[in-house]
Amino acid sequence: MAEFLVVPVLLAYGEAAFAYAGELRGPGLAGRLATWGVRLGWLAQTVLLVGQGLSADGFPWGTWAGALNLFVWLVVGAYLIWGCTPRFRLLGLTVMPLAAVLLALAWAGGGTAFDEGDRSGVALALHAVLMLGGFAGLTLAAGMAALYLWQERRLKRHERRVLRVRMPPLDALDRLAARTVLGALAVLTLGIGVGAASFERGDFDAAMAVTLLILATYATLLVMRYEGWRGRRAALLNLTGFALVAVVLPLTHFAG
Amino acid sequence: MKLTLAGVSHHKAPIELRERVALDLDACGALAERLEGDAVVLSTCNRTEVYLVQDEYAEALAVRTLTELAGDRGDDLGAALYRLRDEAAALHLFRVAAGLDSLVPGEGEILGQVRSAYEAGWPGPFLDKLFRQALHAGRQVRLETAINESPASVPSAAAALAQQVFDDLTGRRVLVLGAGKMSEATARNLVSRGADIAVVANRTLANGEELARRLGAQAVDLDAVEQELGRADVVVSATSASGHVLAKDAVAAALRARKGRPLLLLDLAVPRDLDPAINELDGCFLYDVDDLEAVVAETLSGRRSEAARAERLVAEEADRFREWQAALDVVPTIASLRALAEEIRDSELARAGGRLSEKERRHVESVTSQILAKLLHLPTIRMKEAAAAADGVVYADVVRHLFGLGEEERRR
Repeated sequence: MAEFLVVPVLLAYGEAAFAYAGELRGPGLAGRLATWGVRLGWLAQTVLLVGQGLSADGFPWGTWAGALNLFVWLVVGAYLIWGCTPRFRLLGLTVMPLAAVLLALAWAGGGTAFDEGDRSGVALALHAVLMLGGFAGLTLAAGMAALYLWQERRLKRHERRVLRVRMPPLDALDRLAARTVLGALAVLTLGIGVGAASFERGDFDAAMAVTLLILATYATLLVMRYEGWRGRRAALLNLTGFALVAVVLPLTHFAG
Repeated sequence: MKLTLAGVSHHKAPIELRERVALDLDACGALAERLEGDAVVLSTCNRTEVYLVQDEYAEALAVRTLTELAGDRGDDLGAALYRLRDEAAALHLFRVAAGLDSLVPGEGEILGQVRSAYEAGWPGPFLDKLFRQALHAGRQVRLETAINESPASVPSAAAALAQQVFDDLTGRRVLVLGAGKMSEATARNLVSRGADIAVVANRTLANGEELARRLGAQAVDLDAVEQELGRADVVVSATSASGHVLAKDAVAAALRARKGRPLLLLDLAVPRDLDPAINELDGCFLYDVDDLEAVVAETLSGRRSEAARAERLVAEEADRFREWQAALDVVPTIASLRALAEEIRDSELARAGGRLSEKERRHVESVTSQILAKLLHLPTIRMKEAAAAADGVVYADVVRHLFGLGEEERRR
């Protein structure tokens, strides 16, 4: 049953990723096709998640693969809020390939199956959803930072096609990335709070240390904006924080 | 009734000739009124055209009108004048409205000019339909293609680049160096997108003050520029100085006060006003005139490829207009056929009226009305289809003959 839903989602996200690449060559139809790919894929994934939620007794996304499935849905959902507008369309170029790859991984790891789920209770479910929501926001912010660096490079190198293939404006990317980080940090802090309040206290482990490091990195980013750390430096710091989220955190989390 | 177009445009007529026949909007309206019929006069800097729907003398009238406008250059007009009729004239207007006949493909101003000419003119039902459809075609082309999305001149490319850096230009401060035409054109383009021209700096303060007054800015001497840099978002420079007006060190010093806000510098002067090394500074984007011209060349090539798509859209619109125009040939026949059917129904109802109750009469009226509508629906559609395929007149004659349409009038 799950395959009937996962395959269309993967196809739609994959189509969107390719179409966004096509948008780079000639803006117009490819971008619209990509947008529809994102919308339809996200709707199909919503049906998949609802199906998983209804068929499970507990929290169905407690495993790493299940969490990845939910994480992809949150990232694409957040992107859908404003990312599909023509101005920010090319942000999909950084988001959709990642979404397609991560969903394929979730599928391979069994995270899209309809099973009984984890019976760890509401607190764990809330903690997991908030943490994943926070990380989804940080992923989007990283996508914006990457796009910022790309657009800055195009402008610095005086690329001839800079006005034919239009990226989101630099200033808009900078501001939006900062706001997304602020929102994501708030959700992440709430998630950490729920986790800390609900679970039995154990030793301070590497995963917790990295999570706090992530919080500190992004908080630094926000504070330093007032000292003039905008643009390129903010984008680099943003990507550093994301490297901790994407590379270091999974290692420490699963090693622990 | 035939559609006739006579005009001169930038394709064949030099500016000396075009300016002789150019009219302002009021004069266009007055001329259309004087032509006494279904008439619209379109006059822009690239063309003057007379659209007429009249009898077979319409073309001669349109040509004579333009020749009179040209005055003593009327004899020169002959070689530059074009005359188009019916489908070709309609297609031409659709191309004009879509910006496909313009010097710069897809330029946006022409659609408004066509609308103004239509509103100022004296269009009858035919030209009303033609111009409304032309405006629709123009809008569709701009909506469905990217033909007018890219700038086509150095000043507009400069302003579009500013939007690529700052997004909305509302409230962005612009510092203008030099008081020449290039500075002013670029500044005006930035203003049209919401930017504020804060300061105009010029070696000759009087010239700077004159431009500053026109742009609503403050004028300063060129030596005071470095103090203004910290507050500016965009610098437009087009002075006639022989050396660099701004050095890298001066910009680097100003950047410290900007707290990471980007700075776009547009050097439109030759020789260059701004030290090229400024582009190496973090947060600084420096474009010289060659960079901007390369961007414009690229966007113009994009416009040309979009123009091919636009031509297809315009051709489809012209086909629809041709079908509508062809259907006009059969409309009188269809109207007569329906009138005849209605007349028969009314007379039969009147004869039966006395034998029916009020309720029965209403019922019979409703039923006979539906029968007529259903019976005449297919012949109406078929006649319109035949008209679109150029057989309309034959079909109309057959229907007139079969139903004796118009015989009554002829007998009278």
